[in-house]
Amino acid sequence: MKIAIIQFGGTNCDMDVLHVLKEVVGVDAETIWYKEEDLTGFDGVVVPGGFSYGDYLRAGAIAARTPIMDSVKKLAAEGKPVLGICNGFQVLTEAGLLNGALTTNEYPKFRCHWSYLRVETTDTPFTSKFRKEEVVRMPIAHMEGQFYAEEATLADLDENERVVFRYVDEAGKVTDEVNPNGSLENIAGIVNGSRNVLGLMPHPERASEAVLGSDDGRRLFESMADYITEKF
Amino acid sequence: MQYQATVTIEQKAGMLDPEGTTIKRALDHLGYAAESVKTAKLYTIVLEAESAEAAEQKVDEMCQKLIANPIVQNYRIELAELN
Repeated sequence: MKIAIIQFGGTNCDMDVLHVLKEVVGVDAETIWYKEEDLTGFDGVVVPGGFSYGDYLRAGAIAARTPIMDSVKKLAAEGKPVLGICNGFQVLTEAGLLNGALTTNEYPKFRCHWSYLRVETTDTPFTSKFRKEEVVRMPIAHMEGQFYAEEATLADLDENERVVFRYVDEAGKVTDEVNPNGSLENIAGIVNGSRNVLGLMPHPERASEAVLGSDDGRRLFESMADYITEKF
Repeated sequence: MQYQATVTIEQKAGMLDPEGTTIKRALDHLGYAAESVKTAKLYTIVLEAESAEAAEQKVDEMCQKLIANPIVQNYRIELAELN
């Protein structure tokens, strides 16, 4: 098994993801510079966080239109897991791999703090190692994290259990107070229709070892690795 | 022919505009009673095309493929002939 971690100009969470995959989860992973374009031989992709291309135009907009994203789309079409974290989530929505858009936080401030998230479904390659409705803790760090989607898209996300994480309080309740960015229905992460592409604003790679304050995020990468072992 | 397209990108109606809201609040502090403030981005693109129609079509494509995100934004194109 080998997982590709895509690097664009301005990506800055690549080495954290590499560390977690190789040293904590214990799977093979490699960083891939976006100019390489060829993802043959990889079983999964992580589009990590950062500020690709300085967030010019819109966060993720430029990275989403680089040729390597065609290879990511191809890999996703094969059913292989694709994970977008923070700026990676923005890239995947801009690339059309995920629905909706991520816009400037309702209160236009860079929010950087721990968040409680409720796991809404375990029926994804990324959440099999969680319990449904479990409350987990991961940090967020973003300025453009307000999830927006048109009504019909939102209804589809709800009906087909495609919302994977919501911002909640410690007890697991969805409230406006704990919504850090004004996301519709407190949405923090969603999957695509075939469930193998996940985007989330929180950073699981920053919560994968107890010494960092939480290791809840580790199970997301472990779930992904298990899925690849089983299917590919 | 050379044309200059001015592309204005605005948030769709109903979308939050946090930057506009913040600017309005600052105007309020300064004693101006602005009814509302909305932000927009403006791009000027110079391009060669056979006709104004072809230029507009090309810029429209650019907007759809990259410059605007149709989920949350509207765009407007104004075209002027150069030289």
